[in-house]
Amino acid sequence: MSANASKLINLTLKVWRQKGPDVKGGLETYEAKDISTDMSFLEMFDVVNEGLILEGKDPISFDHDCREGICGACGAVVNGRAHGPEEGTTLCQLHMRHFDDGDVVVVEPWRSKAFKIVKDLVVDRSALDKIIQAGGYISVNTGGAPDANAIPIAQEVSDLAMDAASCIGCGACVASCPNASAMLFVGAKVSQLKLLPQGDIESAKRAVTMVETMDSLGFGNCTNEGECEVECPKGISITNIARLNRSYFKARSLFKKGVN
Amino acid sequence: MNSFLNTIWSSIGKKWVMAITGLSFCGFLVFHLLGNLTVYGGPELFNWYVEHLHSLGVLIKIAEWVLLFLFLVHVITGLLLAYENYRARPVRYAVSKTAGGRTLGSRSMAITGILILAFVVFHLLTFRSAGQKEVGDLMILTNWFHRPEMVAAYIMAMAVAALHVSHGFWSAFQTLGAGHSGRKSKFKTAGIILSLVVAFGFGCIPVFISMVS
Repeated sequence: MSANASKLINLTLKVWRQKGPDVKGGLETYEAKDISTDMSFLEMFDVVNEGLILEGKDPISFDHDCREGICGACGAVVNGRAHGPEEGTTLCQLHMRHFDDGDVVVVEPWRSKAFKIVKDLVVDRSALDKIIQAGGYISVNTGGAPDANAIPIAQEVSDLAMDAASCIGCGACVASCPNASAMLFVGAKVSQLKLLPQGDIESAKRAVTMVETMDSLGFGNCTNEGECEVECPKGISITNIARLNRSYFKARSLFKKGVN
Repeated sequence: MNSFLNTIWSSIGKKWVMAITGLSFCGFLVFHLLGNLTVYGGPELFNWYVEHLHSLGVLIKIAEWVLLFLFLVHVITGLLLAYENYRARPVRYAVSKTAGGRTLGSRSMAITGILILAFVVFHLLTFRSAGQKEVGDLMILTNWFHRPEMVAAYIMAMAVAALHVSHGFWSAFQTLGAGHSGRKSKFKTAGIILSLVVAFGFGCIPVFISMVS
């Protein structure tokens, strides 16, 4: 039997249960028995939920969609770490082989004033959508598609833009930030558009409106702790936050009273 | 509200205020340390430095007021940011672990900041008021650092200041948009070197004086 072969483990889960947005919640203890180490964290939840349903109890609510780390729907704080202890993974990519038999696993929802709890581990992340609506777009004329290579873009620049664009909007940066700040998210979105010539045109207005919206939603202020970069499942760098800081002030110095 | 106030009141604006005032204090620390190093040259050199500093007259008064203004802005903005950040997470995590981004310096900025505030008040009440009594300037230092508890208190205060600088210096450059390489930035290394200079540069002076006297 190889060392990588799957085995069955038993865990004690302490999961945040909360019936609704304005109801008081609390941690409840569940035994997760005979969990295959080949399962993902979400599949482990599925097994536990099947047990709860058979017992006639309310299953644990959690967000999930693609279960392959690209949609950004899933996410919870596992033993104090956003998306669990592994770096560069979402919760659905976290496998149970990273846990030992008998472990106590505490699972909590993303905590931020801007993210209201819908139920249990499901949080309302529409605050991030509001930031996107405020400026996370480019304006183009409709009509025939332009020539593919009409605007040359250096490979290094397109790589940087692509790195920033790999953000899946899961909210782990906010959840892991000691200040519940959304600066990595906004930094990534501003960067991905600003770096490319098509998006650079509106970059001043975008930086101002996205930061204003972010501030109005109750997110904290960035104190450059760097936790977000480590917890980001896509490994997005805080250099994007520095770029946002630059863009914001360049924009503010360009913006005259009344224009914005 | 006009555009300038809007900018200053935004989250990034307040961070810029912290960065610019904070970097000013880094500059002040360097000049303060350069002056203090004359202690090693003996009483004559040190008293020469103090006399020349006092002879600047109105310039010193202006510098003091500017520093006081920057200090108040830094403290008030810092406390406001800390309060806002606390408010941004109304329900705390039951289990909270660092992923490895935070440092001892970064996680203790508010606490070290308040300790530095307390130290600066104490430092000014003792040394600044003493300096105006026309006593031999080095005498004040030797009287003061004759007491081992004062030497220990000053060394601890400098360790706290160094911890604050270790995150603050780098963080200021990141906030001003210069952090091109993020967590592996050269500014981070520079900040740690500056914090060591502060810790050892200032920290050794009380030890030296207590040993000489």
